[in-house]
Amino acid sequence: MTDATSTTIPAEPAKAATPTTSALRDIWKQFSAHKGGVAGLIVFVFIVLAVYVGPYIHTVAPNQINIRDKNQWPSMAHPFGTDNLGKDMLAQVLAGGKTSLAVGFTAMLLALFLGTLVGVVSGYFRRLDGPLMRLTDLFLALPLLPLLLVIIMLFRDTLRAAFGPETGIFILVVAVIGVTSWMHTARIVRGDVLAIKSQEFILAAKSSGMREYRIVLRHILPNVLSSIMVSATLGIASAIITESALSFLGLGFPSDYPTWGRLLFDGVNFLQLTPSRVLWPGLIISATVISINYVGDAIRDALDPRSLKR
Amino acid sequence: MFTYTLRRLFFAIPTLLVISFVIFALLDLAPNDPTGDLPLTIPPEVREQIKASLGLDQPFFFRYMAWLHQFFINEPLNILEALTGWHIGDDQDRVRILSWATRSPVVDLIVQRLPQTLWVIGLAYVFGILIAIPIGVVSAYKQYSIFDQIGTFISMVGYSVPTFFTGVVLIVVFSSYLQWFPSVYDTNLQVTGFESFFAQMRQMVLPVAVLALYNASQITRFVRASMLDNLHQDYVRTARAKGVKEKTVLLVHVLRNSLIPVVTVIALGVPTIFSGAIITEQIFRVNGLGQLLITAIQGADIPLVQTLTFIFAVLIVLFNLIADVLYGILDPRIRYD
Amino acid sequence: MNKFKLLLVGTTAALASFGSVAHAARGSDGDLKILFWQAVSTLNPYLSGGTKEVYSSSMVIEPLARYNENGELVPTLVTEIPTVDNGGVAKDLLSMTWKLKSDVKWSDGSPFTADDVVFTWKYCTAPDGGCAQKAQYEGVKNVEAIDKSTVKVSFSEQKPYPYSAFVGAQSPIIQAAQFKDCVGAKAPGCTSANFGPIGTGPFVVKEFKPNDVITFVANPNYRDPNKPAFATATLKGGGDAASAARAVLETGEYDYAWNMQVEPEVLATMLKAGKGKLETAFGTQVERINLNWTNADPKLGDKRSTTAAGPHPSLSDPAVRKALSMAIDRQVIVDAGYGAAGKPTCNIVPAPAAVASTKNDAWCFKQDIEGANKLLDDAGWKKGSDGIRAKNGVKLNFLYSTSTNSVRQATQELVKDMWSQIGVGAELRNASASVFFGGDPASPDTFQKFYADVEMYTNNFDGTDPEKYLAEWLCDKIPAPANGWQGQNIPRYCNPAYDKKVAELSKTAEPAKRHELSKELNDMLTEEGAHIPLVHRGSLSADSVKLEGVKMNAWDSELWNVADWSRKK
Repeated sequence: MTDATSTTIPAEPAKAATPTTSALRDIWKQFSAHKGGVAGLIVFVFIVLAVYVGPYIHTVAPNQINIRDKNQWPSMAHPFGTDNLGKDMLAQVLAGGKTSLAVGFTAMLLALFLGTLVGVVSGYFRRLDGPLMRLTDLFLALPLLPLLLVIIMLFRDTLRAAFGPETGIFILVVAVIGVTSWMHTARIVRGDVLAIKSQEFILAAKSSGMREYRIVLRHILPNVLSSIMVSATLGIASAIITESALSFLGLGFPSDYPTWGRLLFDGVNFLQLTPSRVLWPGLIISATVISINYVGDAIRDALDPRSLKR
Repeated sequence: MFTYTLRRLFFAIPTLLVISFVIFALLDLAPNDPTGDLPLTIPPEVREQIKASLGLDQPFFFRYMAWLHQFFINEPLNILEALTGWHIGDDQDRVRILSWATRSPVVDLIVQRLPQTLWVIGLAYVFGILIAIPIGVVSAYKQYSIFDQIGTFISMVGYSVPTFFTGVVLIVVFSSYLQWFPSVYDTNLQVTGFESFFAQMRQMVLPVAVLALYNASQITRFVRASMLDNLHQDYVRTARAKGVKEKTVLLVHVLRNSLIPVVTVIALGVPTIFSGAIITEQIFRVNGLGQLLITAIQGADIPLVQTLTFIFAVLIVLFNLIADVLYGILDPRIRYD
Repeated sequence: MNKFKLLLVGTTAALASFGSVAHAARGSDGDLKILFWQAVSTLNPYLSGGTKEVYSSSMVIEPLARYNENGELVPTLVTEIPTVDNGGVAKDLLSMTWKLKSDVKWSDGSPFTADDVVFTWKYCTAPDGGCAQKAQYEGVKNVEAIDKSTVKVSFSEQKPYPYSAFVGAQSPIIQAAQFKDCVGAKAPGCTSANFGPIGTGPFVVKEFKPNDVITFVANPNYRDPNKPAFATATLKGGGDAASAARAVLETGEYDYAWNMQVEPEVLATMLKAGKGKLETAFGTQVERINLNWTNADPKLGDKRSTTAAGPHPSLSDPAVRKALSMAIDRQVIVDAGYGAAGKPTCNIVPAPAAVASTKNDAWCFKQDIEGANKLLDDAGWKKGSDGIRAKNGVKLNFLYSTSTNSVRQATQELVKDMWSQIGVGAELRNASASVFFGGDPASPDTFQKFYADVEMYTNNFDGTDPEKYLAEWLCDKIPAPANGWQGQNIPRYCNPAYDKKVAELSKTAEPAKRHELSKELNDMLTEEGAHIPLVHRGSLSADSVKLEGVKMNAWDSELWNVADWSRKK
């Protein structure tokens, strides 16, 4: 991990109201001073590179069944070993990463967008608070599994016809995860907004005649950023895992389409036989989430209104 | 605040009615079927008769009204009778909500599952909160210290590694190799003395550990983030400048102001104790409410799913209300009316 | 059958015969701990036809006669099995007479009489009762008590094979006194009776926690005074198959675990702990791939997968159907997913031995990629640039669906891989089992609707006579919107010659001739490619090395002889 000595936050005073390029440079300067953030970024970039470039180096096809080589421990030919059908685990982890990262990010962004939107609007505009929060209650109460069955029944074939089997399912999975996981973010953001709204600087901004949407963008959003960041990192982890839950319920990607969560789930029974089968998917999910967490921390510190405003 | 609470409570009734209708419609629309688990040797015409005997041949709206009547009138009357020993009306003919899979009253099933759910899931949640808050506070106060780094690492791993994996790992290590703890939870165990209490503790260790880790991981992140936000606020500097003790600054001022997102997360989490922890219950065979719900969903046991989900909805509405009231207490500047 | 399995079955049988000798007294062996990873919902098998309910209730309530481990009928509550020869079955095949044992008592001490048998029939056939085992009483016109210990069953038409009502774990006798107020629409309301039926079996229900755990105690009035050896029994439910296997084979917490649907190598790892062993028995279950004989193109809308849609553009070609079967290496599928619980098969009726055909084994057991390729070449299916064969613009690309289950998904991948070697592509899909088998006419994913080109699942028949089962492939049993998609002829196979032969079978009484006809029907289905039989599936359960007397039975409840089980000293 990172060197754990710097206990103070780099509070480099930024020259306010400069053009965007220099603001970005300031943020980057702050970011690069954050050792954890840099380490996280390196790990994350490495994972992304591995997933997208790796298949060109390790050229074994992820779906290549070789029943004679089943349940092998790591070797030169199969660095991560093989599964019970003789498929190469490294190739599967790399291929699974493409799907898992894409699903994790898009679903998280969707959930975050919906959650923040609902949270800020209901926290800031009192009139909308009641209806929006009751809607949130409704979504929290809906039983997930029957909901998924209904969504799949209604939309799978339409999407498959419109976008083809893989993209169609991708849209469906992302939409399903996004639409069913925004509520926590919404409740948390709303709580923060309620607290911030009553502080003096918002009142000052209001009395200075600032437009509402500018108040939200300039003053409210930056102050709820840290909760959003936590939601984002946790959201990626749950999106990756939820995707696997969807596939083992028969609601997600086809079974010959590896994803990290699925690899982990399928490997659990083989824990004693071929431990590397669960080790790597588990490790890489954790590594992704941890690196994103540190990057998130660093971005938050870099954007901290209190270290920028001074 | 009091009028606000009253108004919210009043508003909760139509909200819950709408929720119950949406859930019922959703379950009705879902394509799974109560005869889906039966062997294929049972011919289609018998399946039709089974469905008819469950009342599935009646129109949707009729079934919904019947459920409302049973849930809001018959079941409360039954509970009242059981508590007081009175007899109200013709209690022999009063139709209770019957589960389709077991053909027994849904409320009895729920009552049967409560002990293990509260023991395991509830306790794991309490532990999770008790672990998470101190770790979160110290992590934030000593940001980027070794303690913080390790805490971050463990909580992120704890959150990103799913319980279906940690549960099995713990069983393989502690039940198969070391043989310290049982892998199957015994719901028949009655705590009568020291020995059975010890047995109860032993069988709770693994599932509680798995769940507490998961819950603590999540809450800790929010405590830490929120503390960090507040630690850099002007009022903290002011308080310190005034010579207020560091401990007081931290625990009274900063913690109190940091609790709003934490309260939100906990209030969102408490109802989920009732809905159980499906995967963990499955792995350790705790057979609490989570297992009841998932079996019911898989078997398309609509009356059971509907009732469980609706009670869950009531708790959600209730605890979100409690959270809103707590906001006002934690930060008196928050006003709703 | 491989050597290991033979050895296993052999040793189990040897152990079992020792076990019954070493029997001591009732209740001397403590608690029997059984694990069912699918939890039991009720103990009344008439209200839930699920296998778990039928098996668990067989510890308590018993039929008049049951099948033993070899599929032979043995008397349980009667003195002998009625046949035409001993006069028990009338010469005109319109009635049969059961002679009850005279000294059998219910667990509450009251005598077991012919009235209970009559009542059981009335209970299951009562209107609005939703009895799940009604099919067992199909064709039964009347059941009457001639005297206290004689029951006469009359049929509405000739029944060449009359052993269905009151036979096997699916139709046990329930006590008239306990259920008399629970007939018809009142059946579901009798919770305490449904959760604790009074029976004649070796155990009595002490406490039933639905979907969780059942506690039994030995029946004090059981007809054999020395049995059961166990004083109590606990049947715990829930979890998954792998962890159930672990609780018996690795941690040794349980004595017996039902239905080990786990990858064979995982079980082998657990067996190394030396605490348990596996038991197998083969009934009539066959995992098969149904080929859709009708067009399943989504563009056809409502007509999709019905006879109105016309024949399937590529699967209607016999060469394609045969090549798909030839390309499959069944042994590989067995080794990857089934292990001791499966063997390759080319029959839809794989057992009992008398009706199991061997006619197609020669070509079908051996994977023949070359032959399949040649067959397709000759039929004019040419490989395109993507490696997929096509003819007249029709590609050999199939949508391949099944229910969600890790073994099925592995099989899907293996088959896809094998088919890719003959230029056939497959898109895999799986649907949650409760949807796939649920039969909701609104869902596109049910196996009856068959909105796919090929689909895979397991089916079987109860008992040992395949007549009713073979009648499922009749032309008029094709599912269609008109009959709510409820027919059982899932492949939409239709052949008048087949229909005629089924009619002939239903009129034939002589066993040898019946067997011959059954084999011919089975061979027609395999040869014409209504489906591709893959694996003859057995039941696989795990038991402790300390448990004796287990005789795995695929024809009846696995717990059929639980009275004989004992703990090794």
